[in-house]
Amino acid sequence: MRVPYSWLREYCDPGIGPEELAERLAMTGTEVERVITVGPPSAESFVVGKVLAAEPHPDADRLRVCTVDTGDGERTIVCGAPNVAAGQTVPVALPGATMPGGQKLGKAKLRGVESEGMILSATELEVGEDSAGILVLDDGAVPGQALAEVLPVAEPVLELEVTPNRVDCFGVYGVAREVHAITAAPLGPEPWAEDAPAEGEGDVGDYASVEVEAPDLCPRFTARVFTDVTIGPSPAWLQARLTAAGQRPINNVVDITNYTMLLTAQPLHAFDLDRVPGGELTIRAAGEGEKMTTLDGVERTFDAETVLVCDRNGPSGIAGIMGGQVSEVSDETTRVLLEVANWNGTNILRTSRLLSLRSEASSRFEKQLHPDLCLRAQRIASRLMIELCGAKLVPGTIDVAADLPKPHRIVLRSSRVEGLLGMPIERADQAAYLERLGFGVDADGDDLVVEVPADRHNDVTREVDLIEEVARVHGLDGHLPSTLPSSAGQVGGLTREQRLRRRAEDAMRDLGFDEIVGWSFTDPGEAGRLRILEGDPRAEGIVVANPLSEDQSVMRATLLGSLLDVAARNLARDADAVALFESGRVYLSSDGAGEGPLSGHFPGERPAPFAEPHRLGCLAVGPLLAKSWRGGGEPADFFALKAVLEAIAARLGAEPAFEPASEPFLHPGRSAQVLVGGAPAGWVGEVHPLVCRAWDLDAAVAFEVGLAALVGAASVGEETFEDVTAFPAVYQDLAVVVPSEVAATEVRAAILAGGGELLRAAEVFDLYEGEQLDEGRKSLALRLEFRAADRTLTDEEVAGPRGSIEAELEKVGGSLRV
Amino acid sequence: MLDRIEQIESEARAAIEAATGTAELEELRVLYLGRKAELTGILRGIADLPGEERGEVGAAANRARKELEALLSTRAEALDAAELQARLVEDRVDVTLPGAPARPPGHLHLITRTTRQIEDVMIGLGYRVMEGPEIEHDYYNFTALNHPEGHPARMLQDTFYVQSHPELLLRTHTSPVQVRAMETQPPPIFMIAPGKVYRRDSDATHSPMFHQVEGLAVGEGITLADLKGTLREMLRAIFGGERETRMRPHFFPFTEPSVEFDVSCFQCEGTGKLGDGERCNLCKGIGWIEIGGAGMVDPNLFGFVESNGYDAERVQGFAFGMGVERIAMLRHGVPDLRRFFDNDVRVLEQFS
Repeated sequence: MRVPYSWLREYCDPGIGPEELAERLAMTGTEVERVITVGPPSAESFVVGKVLAAEPHPDADRLRVCTVDTGDGERTIVCGAPNVAAGQTVPVALPGATMPGGQKLGKAKLRGVESEGMILSATELEVGEDSAGILVLDDGAVPGQALAEVLPVAEPVLELEVTPNRVDCFGVYGVAREVHAITAAPLGPEPWAEDAPAEGEGDVGDYASVEVEAPDLCPRFTARVFTDVTIGPSPAWLQARLTAAGQRPINNVVDITNYTMLLTAQPLHAFDLDRVPGGELTIRAAGEGEKMTTLDGVERTFDAETVLVCDRNGPSGIAGIMGGQVSEVSDETTRVLLEVANWNGTNILRTSRLLSLRSEASSRFEKQLHPDLCLRAQRIASRLMIELCGAKLVPGTIDVAADLPKPHRIVLRSSRVEGLLGMPIERADQAAYLERLGFGVDADGDDLVVEVPADRHNDVTREVDLIEEVARVHGLDGHLPSTLPSSAGQVGGLTREQRLRRRAEDAMRDLGFDEIVGWSFTDPGEAGRLRILEGDPRAEGIVVANPLSEDQSVMRATLLGSLLDVAARNLARDADAVALFESGRVYLSSDGAGEGPLSGHFPGERPAPFAEPHRLGCLAVGPLLAKSWRGGGEPADFFALKAVLEAIAARLGAEPAFEPASEPFLHPGRSAQVLVGGAPAGWVGEVHPLVCRAWDLDAAVAFEVGLAALVGAASVGEETFEDVTAFPAVYQDLAVVVPSEVAATEVRAAILAGGGELLRAAEVFDLYEGEQLDEGRKSLALRLEFRAADRTLTDEEVAGPRGSIEAELEKVGGSLRV
Repeated sequence: MLDRIEQIESEARAAIEAATGTAELEELRVLYLGRKAELTGILRGIADLPGEERGEVGAAANRARKELEALLSTRAEALDAAELQARLVEDRVDVTLPGAPARPPGHLHLITRTTRQIEDVMIGLGYRVMEGPEIEHDYYNFTALNHPEGHPARMLQDTFYVQSHPELLLRTHTSPVQVRAMETQPPPIFMIAPGKVYRRDSDATHSPMFHQVEGLAVGEGITLADLKGTLREMLRAIFGGERETRMRPHFFPFTEPSVEFDVSCFQCEGTGKLGDGERCNLCKGIGWIEIGGAGMVDPNLFGFVESNGYDAERVQGFAFGMGVERIAMLRHGVPDLRRFFDNDVRVLEQFS
């Protein structure tokens, strides 16, 4: 909303500059985006001049040499405008004036004649659109008078960012009332207080009729008729105000509708009555697919929820949004039907979205105006029609209205004001603030009974809304103390899940991984690049209905894509190795298992629509340890990342298990399923070479695990004391030969199964495959730890289970190597 | 016999003195004091000697043995030290070679770090951290936040919707967690909700995905002044101890009264001017930097959770929300929102 300062001051002059007013408005709830100056930066050296003579230029056909009285004497000014003529009162820029855009005017020779200034057009002054000729002023202006006294030169304009609840501030008078409220500067009378005399012939019913078929979408429709209308340009002052407010002057009738809207926030629409057959208007819903060409020359197609203003032959305008060409006011117009209506805001918003057609009118109607505003606008516009178009107002107003809403009466309790704000405000001040805002206020004991004006009907409906009004006018900056809640609170803190998630992230960082934050959305082709087959739930990602681009149209079902994207981008930027991790959610259309936020289960009565489990993902390209003069530099492989995952698990006190298993995006022989507490929790492995190729990587290794599973199995913080035995352990090394395909974990499990209760641990410490063994067999060396809590074990006790170990090994095809 | 003992002793003494290494010394110990040594033999044979010789020979042999043992041990210590010294000299390395590489620590993302910082401040003020889904019912994102069907504010933020589910969307703010939290926990409640949010907007100042932190405090007698004090404590913890906070009235559908809140500029100390008189570029000369939106929880919200003890006549409170990226940008001079999701390791490694 652009508010020209001089227009505002006509109704409320705060006695301060526009910048200071902007600050006051910002601190009371109306943000001012900026204050601009329309026209030259300063009004200095702009004066009224009288053209005494306009003679042809001796050396140029299109120039005139004018003699101009500028109060301080006569000046010669060369002018190129075709309409310049002796006797005109005109705006003049004297040498020294700064033009809009910053150009400074000096004396200049034009084709040999020195010009001591410039006669200006409306465009040059930014007070109108006409650039064809100079602007001719009313004769009332006196030569030498400062131009600023006649026209708004160097007009400051406040660009307000009006919040959607304040429809009243979409009109200048509403802004004036707001300025009155916050500064207590006097407010001028309501510009609609006085109606126009109706001196036309007959009665409005003789000229026009209106039928409203959709009263729920059109709560009120008013119409007046004007005869003897003379279409022409608006006077300079009106053009200047519209231009400063950002509206293009068109002709006097259209300008009057725009001016009235800018003043009252109520849009109006003028019909050429002679182009409305029989003067009959019907307000109805459109037929599906019905068409009309709007004022902007575009043919538009409607759906059944669009509301149209129709004449006998069909649509004449889209209700509340834009008129149609068929009944447009033109230079030939002599009779005008002025529509001022009230529409259902939700419907207007919907239709304007649907048609991608937003107008000054629709942006006001969509916020829901009050039906009372209709007659205000009719009154102001009627006076201007008579004054500026020489029109006659036909007696009577067509007014088709559903029940008009009754004003709200709300009790404002003093105790509640202080109770909610935490600061006292005198009751008299509360009343004064509300009265200045246009509310009716009656005292009732300690309380106030407040009546809400029509302008604020939809915004202020409850006591708390009144408290806000009182608080913002009173001011929150200086007056409001800073305190902390005194009511009994609770102990703050993170849940165990949240603490352990932080611990896992910290552990990843400490192990040398950089955290990334990947996009939650990806492209539909990612599943294919990851070789995930159709039918796999991860290939059926949740689809965004209205994405910004195809690249961001599917919610990710794995963190791997994000990690690969980031790795590829960094390697393309000359990084030679990356070690990345992400702690974030994936989005699955299948229902997730488990409890708590990490599994995607959140507080609230309605469960989350989809599973959003929190995952820990990790990806390495290149070595984890840099190559040095002592060696190293081998690219991270399966075992490197398995060790990282084990280290993370250890930091949480969880023990993951690994089983040979693969994912479509992993190397089938170098990948494992991660089990936590026996249940699948994720995967670890070298990324499949074809997947690497799709991301332009040579090789990569990664894992992804559900944090819920890891945290669920975590023993950190929950450990119980276990006495350490005073008796030493006895260690025994075993070499086992098994078929190559038998997993180390199976061998270990067999040994633990056969070892009896004294065998506490068995760890693989060596692997041998080669000449000394038969083809297809491998040798594993394990260190066994035997321990008893109550005695030192004898060699016999340790050797005892050897037979049963051998028996268990036989089950997996293994034997002890002698 | 006595002469022989003396002779052995002096011979051994000379040999021990002359020994040049601990290994040689060990050989000498075996030669002169070992089981097969002559002196050992003499001592062993004492019992067989005639009675009058026994005492004298025994004393002499024992004395010689002790002398030699003492000498051996003294000599061993000396040689030991010398040998260690020699070995240390030999073990010398070129200390100017690079250290054996250890994996250097990685880095937490600046968003994680900033979120944790805010969480920790609020935990200190007695808040708990709650989470909600990012794909949300429009009920929680709009309806229960006082945006009834067709409310203009419902369209203010352009929203991503889920295909084939017109009632499901990517949450446009963390505020839905307010209602989820109140459904779950009766008053008093003090909670914050950090997380990802989504809006259909993409340029240097808008990202379709970004992060917010929501705050909610509801109980008896919690006031707008309490909101101001809470915001001040939080912003001081983030931006420094001397910062001031101000609130400007604003409009949000789910708070009443509503405010936007600013922190005094930490670059120009709120003066709007830099040392050289230039306009402060951070606050654009205003002296204040906008941080987020807040207000008193609209009583209509309590209507949605009334059965869980939220009686609008009895309890009241405040809510606030702010962008994590914005705070990180201000605190660390990050120029462009998109840098957060580019994940350039050269940037990631600037923040640990």
